Amino acid sequence: MKLLLKGGRVVDPAAGRDGEFDILIDAGRIVRVGRDLPVNGSEVVELKQGWIVAPGLIDIHVHLREPGQEHKETIASGAAAAVAGGFTGIACMPNTHPVNDHAGITQFILKKAAEAGLARVYPIGAVSLGSRGEQLAELGEQKQAGCVAFSDDGRPVATALLMRRALEYAGMLGLPIVDHCEDPSLKGDGVAHEGQYASALGLRGIPGVAESLMVERDVSLAELTGAHVHICHMSARQSLRAVRAGKERGVAVTCEVAPHHFTLTDAALDGPVKYDTNLKMNPPLREEADRDAMLEGIADGTVDVIATDHAPHHGDEKLVEFDRAPFGITGLETAVPLVFDRLVHAGRISVSRAVELLSTNPARVLNLPGGSLAENAPADIVVLDPDRSVTIDAAQQRTRSRNTPFNGWELRGAVALTLVGGRIVHRAV
Amino acid sequence: MNVDAPAQARPPVPSGAKRLKGRHLLGIAGLEPSEITLILDTADAMKEVAARPIKKVPALRGRTVVNLFFEPSTRTRTSFEVAEKRLSADTLSIATATSSVTKGETLADTVRNLEAMAPDMIVIRHGSSGAPHLLARICRAAVINAGDGMHEHPTQALLDAFTIRAHKGRLAGLKVAIVGDLLHSRVLRSNLLLLNAMGADLCLCGPSTLIPAGLDRPGVRTTAVIDEALDGADVVMMLRIQQERMHGHFIPSLREYFTLFGLTPARLRRAKEDVIVMHPGPMNRGVEIDSEVADGPYSVILEQVANGVAVRMAVLYLLAGREAEESIDV
Repeated sequence: MKLLLKGGRVVDPAAGRDGEFDILIDAGRIVRVGRDLPVNGSEVVELKQGWIVAPGLIDIHVHLREPGQEHKETIASGAAAAVAGGFTGIACMPNTHPVNDHAGITQFILKKAAEAGLARVYPIGAVSLGSRGEQLAELGEQKQAGCVAFSDDGRPVATALLMRRALEYAGMLGLPIVDHCEDPSLKGDGVAHEGQYASALGLRGIPGVAESLMVERDVSLAELTGAHVHICHMSARQSLRAVRAGKERGVAVTCEVAPHHFTLTDAALDGPVKYDTNLKMNPPLREEADRDAMLEGIADGTVDVIATDHAPHHGDEKLVEFDRAPFGITGLETAVPLVFDRLVHAGRISVSRAVELLSTNPARVLNLPGGSLAENAPADIVVLDPDRSVTIDAAQQRTRSRNTPFNGWELRGAVALTLVGGRIVHRAV
Repeated sequence: MNVDAPAQARPPVPSGAKRLKGRHLLGIAGLEPSEITLILDTADAMKEVAARPIKKVPALRGRTVVNLFFEPSTRTRTSFEVAEKRLSADTLSIATATSSVTKGETLADTVRNLEAMAPDMIVIRHGSSGAPHLLARICRAAVINAGDGMHEHPTQALLDAFTIRAHKGRLAGLKVAIVGDLLHSRVLRSNLLLLNAMGADLCLCGPSTLIPAGLDRPGVRTTAVIDEALDGADVVMMLRIQQERMHGHFIPSLREYFTLFGLTPARLRRAKEDVIVMHPGPMNRGVEIDSEVADGPYSVILEQVANGVAVRMAVLYLLAGREAEESIDV
């Protein structure tokens, strides 16, 4: 059965397209993109005035928790949260139990993802065995099993030497190293951004340079090896500066920023609910100058990707003392409202740039299928309703966990429809 | 035991606040100056109880207070216990070593279990900043912070202010030097908030490795030179160097710390002639303070301990609320 998306504003930066077009889908692929396409017996989905049709969003930084921590999230619940959030593809980090440092685990993840049949799941393999930072994992076999990149996320790649070898070896395979940048000694047992709020609340601080020192190392090593490094969840203005300088010299470096880091600052810690563990994530919410630098980098093109660092944790695990709570918040189902409300409607970026950050570039950075609405591409499509206001309700989300600091927030920008392989997998009520 | 309460011991009614706005005492943050004054004035009346032959009043008769101490404490815990007993409360003290916490129970579950026994107040000392705030969110009982991590120790700041006021008659306009490990000190944070709110002029001093970001504000400055901090001070408050927290890279050695920051009789001469020297305890003699100063004529360190009971009685009494206030004269 053919499907015809009729009306709506197609925004596809990869094809340089922004205007009123119809999209004809057949056998899971996009067959034609054109004006006033004939119905010819297709099933028609009439889109409303003002709706945006974009290539399916891709979140390249997600924690699915399976295997090992299914009480937080499963591959199926994470994939459901993804499509509810407009994401047709997600790349999952290897810090499961056991760590995904082996082809067998990658195969398990892909099998579970296929059973769920929702978002496409792209495993990211560990750089080192057990992510212990000692010995390289079998990156070649991991690639053959389906890994799209390598990372010891949650921890930085431990030594400069290991990072160098990993870049060289992964470069040979044509895959990037995705690094969670933080200097372990400077981070220490910190739990919040080092600054006036951590001082006042008596929380141990993590300075921004704990991140940027490692970013500088990685940029230098990418330059040395000629390989591609992708910097995870950037939060500090010094990191942005290091990436910008690297890009100016032609280093193969890309980077991502999470919605919470362009929305919130550490001042939130001193809000009405003090010591809210849903404001604890790593890297931490930083000060205004850092948040503003992220906004600037998003607008000027230095930032390649918006990725959520979706990190589900059970309510019981978060209902503890701040310094004992695990780091991380969910993100899949709040990204679109935050991007539209805080960036697009705030006049900081265009709709086209938003699509670039959420779809075109993530696909390019990890060399994934998707990210465009070209003819013959898989019909992974999101339809956005940019003017609809939504109230975030953690209890109603598809993720198994409720650890979001945005619960109760009213934001303008919503997902209307999500299609994966031409199938409607999510429809907003 | 039934004790007749003399009418003159009723707390004087201050011009500002008559009772505390909040249900809990989680920190000095959130208290208004009039509430601070109310607590100090109430403590004046409570202090009189300690001077009686029978040091007990029935204000909290029938109330249950749980002292939940997750960190070792001698001074604060016994001070609260004495205060509770003098107010006739039923008290129960739990230390971590004897609770299910060692069996892996979370703080939330420990407290829910205690709550099932319907305590009226919980006094908590905990190594994590914000632990009392977590309790306050999940408990019906009033929560009193007896020291949380590196955050606050409000009753210590109140007893310090009480002691200063007893000697100087005021807080506003006094020059107060606070010297030591500013980074890890909850005593500092509470004193900073309280003394700044009451109009004192603060100079905070410590090695630059132990000065956290964001302390400076109107009425508060920081320095790494102790002589500068002591110059013309009305009050010198020394903070404990927590040896277990030094890890070898905050200060090179305790010996060098004493050389650069120790309070010696010679240094103290820079302060005003009627300076008072304070320390929240426990002291490290020969590290932050010379014994000659600690035991000398300017020291009010033991007075602080005595005042701790009166101030904690005041806090317990005020948080017990209108019912206790009206039923019984103190």
